[in-house]
Amino acid sequence: MSDPFVSRGFQGRRQRAEAAQRLPPGQYLVEGFPVLSAGPTPRTPLDRWDFTIVGEIDQPRRWTWDEFQQLPHETITKDIHCVTKWSKLDTTWRGVSLDTLLKDVTTSADYVLAFSDGGYTTNLPLEDVTGGKAWIVHEYEGAPLAPEHGGPARLLVPHLYFWKSAKWVRGLRLLAHDEPGFWESLGYNNYGDPWKEQRYAGD
Amino acid sequence: MVAIRPRLAWQRTTVRELIEETPRVRSLVLDAPGWQGHSAGQHLDVRLTAEDGYQAERSYSIASAPVEPHVTITVERLDDGEVSPYLTDELHPGDELELRGPIGGWFTWRPTEGGPLLLVAGGSGIVPLMAMIRQKAALRSPVPVRLLYSSRAYEEIIFREELDRLAAEVGELTVEHTLTRSQPEGWSGYNRRIDRAMLEEFTWAAEERPLTFVCGPTPLVESVATLCVEMGYAPERVKTERFGPTGGAV
Repeated sequence: MSDPFVSRGFQGRRQRAEAAQRLPPGQYLVEGFPVLSAGPTPRTPLDRWDFTIVGEIDQPRRWTWDEFQQLPHETITKDIHCVTKWSKLDTTWRGVSLDTLLKDVTTSADYVLAFSDGGYTTNLPLEDVTGGKAWIVHEYEGAPLAPEHGGPARLLVPHLYFWKSAKWVRGLRLLAHDEPGFWESLGYNNYGDPWKEQRYAGD
Repeated sequence: MVAIRPRLAWQRTTVRELIEETPRVRSLVLDAPGWQGHSAGQHLDVRLTAEDGYQAERSYSIASAPVEPHVTITVERLDDGEVSPYLTDELHPGDELELRGPIGGWFTWRPTEGGPLLLVAGGSGIVPLMAMIRQKAALRSPVPVRLLYSSRAYEEIIFREELDRLAAEVGELTVEHTLTRSQPEGWSGYNRRIDRAMLEEFTWAAEERPLTFVCGPTPLVESVATLCVEMGYAPERVKTERFGPTGGAV
């Protein structure tokens, strides 16, 4: 473009500097917690819930809900950024680090595909879910995670756009090669770094 | 393998016409010479830039059918919003607007995908569904379509006259309204929030394998999608899209 574009008469609403610094490009702050999902909310009773790690792995792993609750837990406070433009600061979650779940796993995989009740999937590089960057969480702000927000448990990968934090997650498939998940096959970015505004394919 | 796609570029469009749909809702008809086309149900991103370079972005559903010559978005004014009051109150015909799209490959319908279609809207959730109805009408698609549309009041029904006209003129299109807060004198339609009895009266039997699109505030979408599954609809054929910051009551 030749001359810089200006929207005639647009003033905008600046955030305080502290909040503005924590907002990736194109994002705005919300106080509520919007719900976005592509279909009906699945409802899996806890006695039928399990979490599995399969694929390129020495031995598949499986935890029932009760076994999962016995694992060491962490409380995590992070900012989250949805590709639909809202961000929410200082959200607090409780759950199990993927470092804990992957601790004794031997794998040659470089990628993971998270899979959920209802058929949702999302893909991530393995190095983006290890090293204190990802959790399976089942509490939000001190209460059990509501079904519309992904309960009983969801993935939390707060450094990427929030569609990577798969709701209703049931497991991880370890993969030698990258495989696009649900939104990644439908025009959204394969990686989804909010600070680089990687919203859509080609960004 | 991951397909390499070109980046969706920001493009300058020009406001061609503004249509007051309701006191709070306006349609923006845009001249978008660089538009590559879209599917009914998709949305686009709008970016506003202030003189000092400050920018704000939001997503809006596309209301126009893919076959129409202009791209139309329909915007509800949120009183505490940063972008929507500019779009509904400040923009004039001839002003420029930056956008990129189309976006979203799930909540979409092409007549070749068949049906029958059940469309359920709450408030401004009608917008992406209107693109589907307009596409069916423009292409004279024989796919049967039923729209159940929940609004708070008669004056707040978006596209009311066009929906009346299409329902009368287009074959295999049925439109039913429910008004949840107030009803005009002599109103013979529904007057409550969408519930199972209403869905069972108006919609398709599960055996007809309807393809369902639900769009509106979160409480309506959650409730209707859950009811559809309870009625035996295949969950993978119930597609949802939610509106509004945290969802109001419609």
